[in-house]
Amino acid sequence: MPETFLPESYLPVLIFLIIASGFAIGTLAVGWLIRPSRPYAKKLSPYESGNPPFSDARQPFPIRYYIIAMLFVIFDIEAVFLYPWAAAFNKIGLYALVEMVLFIIILFVGYIYALGKGALDWES
Amino acid sequence: MGILERQFEENVLTTTVDAMVNWARKSSIWPMTFGLACCAIEMMAITVPRYDIARLGAEVFRATPRQSDLMIVAGTLTRKMASVLRQVYDQMPEPRYVIAMGTCATSGGIFNTYSVVQGVDQIVPVDVFVPGCPPRPEALIHGIITLQKKIEQQKFLRK
Repeated sequence: MPETFLPESYLPVLIFLIIASGFAIGTLAVGWLIRPSRPYAKKLSPYESGNPPFSDARQPFPIRYYIIAMLFVIFDIEAVFLYPWAAAFNKIGLYALVEMVLFIIILFVGYIYALGKGALDWES
Repeated sequence: MGILERQFEENVLTTTVDAMVNWARKSSIWPMTFGLACCAIEMMAITVPRYDIARLGAEVFRATPRQSDLMIVAGTLTRKMASVLRQVYDQMPEPRYVIAMGTCATSGGIFNTYSVVQGVDQIVPVDVFVPGCPPRPEALIHGIITLQKKIEQQKFLRK
């Protein structure tokens, strides 16, 4: 019984790793060595279809959009659940109707809560 | 300047590397879409299977100058558009080439007026002029082949 375990069957993986990383590093190095590099301000400016850029692309926008987006996700999921439920309504019957009404009531309570909190008041 | 660019004397190694670089460049001239007038229709026609610019490795029209090597100025360049043309040319990385396609881009053509640039070589350096009003797709393909021959002559590592 050998004292140290050498996973010799994994040697091809090691060779493959060396070749793969060597190829990647070698390609990048050759490109770095021989590529032309003549940067100037106009070349580095953002591409706006040839027009001079007039503002930063990363503009701040109101935090209210965050609440609207979260509410949209919730009711979007509700609509997603409603579609297969409606399509299969003939087969699943009264039990599914009660379940779906409960589900909608739960979400509706959340909607009332959001309304009461003023989440949809745009001007406040 | 690149690190190794134009640093070496002529010898077997540098000429071979130059030949390889030039072969790679001429075999994948990706054009920038810069259609300005009716020449643009003929420019679009060179990509279709009937004319098949893919044979020259140049079928990939890019919508951004960052990925383009060649700007085909296809059509009448007005003075208002000239700054846009120069900006797009400036934003292309080297190596960059320009084909002035058609009589308007070459010399202003019939539009000898106050509003039309009389030849895009007043705005950007032009490598190949393709005459015609508009040039047929074959003429543009000939222009691209001419550009390929020009690229073959370029020196890269050599001084």
